Amino acid sequence: MATSIGTPERAPLHWSVWVVVGTAGALALGTIALNRGETINAVWLVIAAVCTYLIAYRFYSLFIATKVLQVERNRATPAARHNDGLDYVPTNQYVLFGHHFAAIAGAGPLVGPVLAAQMGYLPGTLWILAGVVFAGAVQDFIILFVSTRRDGRSLGEMIKSEMGTIPGLIALFGVLAIMVILLAVLALIVVKALADSPWGTFTVFATVPIAMLMGIYGRFLRPHRIGEMSAIGFVLLMAAIFFGQPVSTSATLAPMFTFSGESLALLLIAYGFIASVLPVWLLLAPRDYLSTFLKIGTIVALAIGIVIVMPDLKMPAVSKFVDGTGPVFSGGLFPFLFITIACGAVSGFHSLIASGTTPKMIENESQIRFIGYGAMLMESFVAIMALIAACVIEPGSYFAMNSPPALIGTTAAEAAQKISSWGFVIAPEALTQLASDVGEKTVLSRTGGAPTLAVGMAQILSSLFGGKALMAFWYHFAILFEALFILTTVDAGTRVARFMIQDLLGTFVPSMRETQSWTANLVATTLAVSAWGYFLYQGVVDPLGGINTLWPLFGISNQMLAAIALILATVILFKMKREHYAWVTIVPAFWLVVCTLTAGWQKLFHEAPAIGFIAQANRFSDALAQGKILAPAKTIEDMHRIAFNNYLDAALCAMFMAIVVAMIVAGVISIRKALASSTVSTHEVDHDAQDLRAARA
Amino acid sequence: MTRKIFVPLVRERLAQLYRYAAQTAHLMVGLPDYSTYVAHRRRYHPGEPIMNREQFFRNCQERRYAPAGGRGIRCC
Repeated sequence: MATSIGTPERAPLHWSVWVVVGTAGALALGTIALNRGETINAVWLVIAAVCTYLIAYRFYSLFIATKVLQVERNRATPAARHNDGLDYVPTNQYVLFGHHFAAIAGAGPLVGPVLAAQMGYLPGTLWILAGVVFAGAVQDFIILFVSTRRDGRSLGEMIKSEMGTIPGLIALFGVLAIMVILLAVLALIVVKALADSPWGTFTVFATVPIAMLMGIYGRFLRPHRIGEMSAIGFVLLMAAIFFGQPVSTSATLAPMFTFSGESLALLLIAYGFIASVLPVWLLLAPRDYLSTFLKIGTIVALAIGIVIVMPDLKMPAVSKFVDGTGPVFSGGLFPFLFITIACGAVSGFHSLIASGTTPKMIENESQIRFIGYGAMLMESFVAIMALIAACVIEPGSYFAMNSPPALIGTTAAEAAQKISSWGFVIAPEALTQLASDVGEKTVLSRTGGAPTLAVGMAQILSSLFGGKALMAFWYHFAILFEALFILTTVDAGTRVARFMIQDLLGTFVPSMRETQSWTANLVATTLAVSAWGYFLYQGVVDPLGGINTLWPLFGISNQMLAAIALILATVILFKMKREHYAWVTIVPAFWLVVCTLTAGWQKLFHEAPAIGFIAQANRFSDALAQGKILAPAKTIEDMHRIAFNNYLDAALCAMFMAIVVAMIVAGVISIRKALASSTVSTHEVDHDAQDLRAARA
Repeated sequence: MTRKIFVPLVRERLAQLYRYAAQTAHLMVGLPDYSTYVAHRRRYHPGEPIMNREQFFRNCQERRYAPAGGRGIRCC
């Protein structure tokens, strides 16, 4: 027996420990659910979340590991079979946990919960916790497991081999569409955060020469010294934030770094193009190092900050906007809360990561639970922290930052009056004071989540360190931290989209597949950049502020991908003849399908123009027919463009829905075949469990 | 007496912890452990060339952003 290999069995904790954890969790959940006082301490949210995670991990994930998947400790993993010292390396589970977490944690869990805070902290918290335990972590865990059993194959390849070529192609096409929307919405968040903010723009621009300097240092001066180059980069970044303040007040420099949303969008598009054709060592890789370490460091700092500062949540438990009339995003609690908070509860994108590099480094099947389920719980905790950061802000300020100018006007007096009329009393002075505290001219309509999170983080971190004097520094630190890793995603994502396009076009024009060819390269990059650039620009000039339009589309597509991953998992469970446990994936898949299809239907056909794309398009075409011009359009051409863009969004939304429906049909067909077969019919690498030592000999 | 045993033990534990932390940080940005690679090459491919640290670094950096195998995909 090979019992010595892999993790040693630890004695399970005494049952009394779990009684204590359970009671504490129930108490904390009860407190946050039933509290109707003025404020509630954020620590209750932290306790409720941590206890939920512990119990879910100890009991539910163990059930999935032992009963549903039946992980085999002695079965050789791809890392053991194909060990090459590079891609396939058996890796310590804690080291691999860090790798996997860094790969799945992005801007998503930081933005969704901030937007969802408009409905109060309770709905968001409950969905994040229930979603991660029964859907998100289950998806990550099972996909990591099935990919490990298949030599680390990607999601697309697994769909192809288990469900057929056509479902595989549909899924691949869906992934490309998601990439486009994801890049557009992330770039939009950066645009919204940097528009008319010379301080923020200066620091983010400064990251480009800083990264190049690091790249040259790591390539020629001190090769492979990632630690050194990151330390140098970090110091320079802090200097950039520090010097951003004098830049923002300088009469000559400030105008050079003040851009409108439109020009920032065009700059980002040009940047995305240039950055993704440059050699990786010069810009992408060094910025990747910087943003990864900064991301992990900031998440840790925020966690420490929340636990020490113990801030009060000022947002009500449930706000009146659960009825769907909220200014941040339109649409009722069901289904829109469940697509607004995607990452943090369940994120389809993780299925691409869980079938990427991680399965090739798993040392032992028994560790998949810790890495797959555990890392997703951690990501969910990041979402809880983002929700806390959004809710420690005065609700009046929160709505001032997150409502489009069409609703609250463009002056502090107008905004304060309008928001107070919604029941969130705020004085105009409070809004101007907040702006000057964070070193900005205005905080009004800084939609997109990043600035709100930055204000919340600045409040928490400045009470930990530096007080009010450093609030502006922390604000811009938080903006920079988000912009930095969003730009890394934009750069890397454009490359991935480019390769996908090359692959797709290569089916018809074989020469497009040559990754070394400059023509093929430039054509595909241009296509990739124009695709997300189009949606980005459309978002910037959108009458409802862009986030309102693009974030739901992103949410729908991301949850759609999660549904596809869970359908694949269900098919595999049926093929493994474990259908009596298939509810583990059927229940979350069903819920996601219901949410995405309902949300998609409402985005298409809802009669309110704020929700329905077609209603909005009709509103503009009807006005055009009468020769009227509606804000924010200034010309007849603008009117035509807004109407067209809404039809385009509707078409995209319909396409996402069609993909979901097609995958359900393909799933049902595969399940029927599996049921008809009398034997196990999966495509795992070896059906017979191998002894690890035999594989290594 | 206990000091003599205890201090080196703690030191060794800390060194081990540091190695794991450094490995984690490197793997987070797509750089696997170099010594593991060298050990693997020596053991299973004796006599064949082994990349030096710099070549190893460049190789891993290139491959992290190459399209195949789900690499380069960044999460939302």
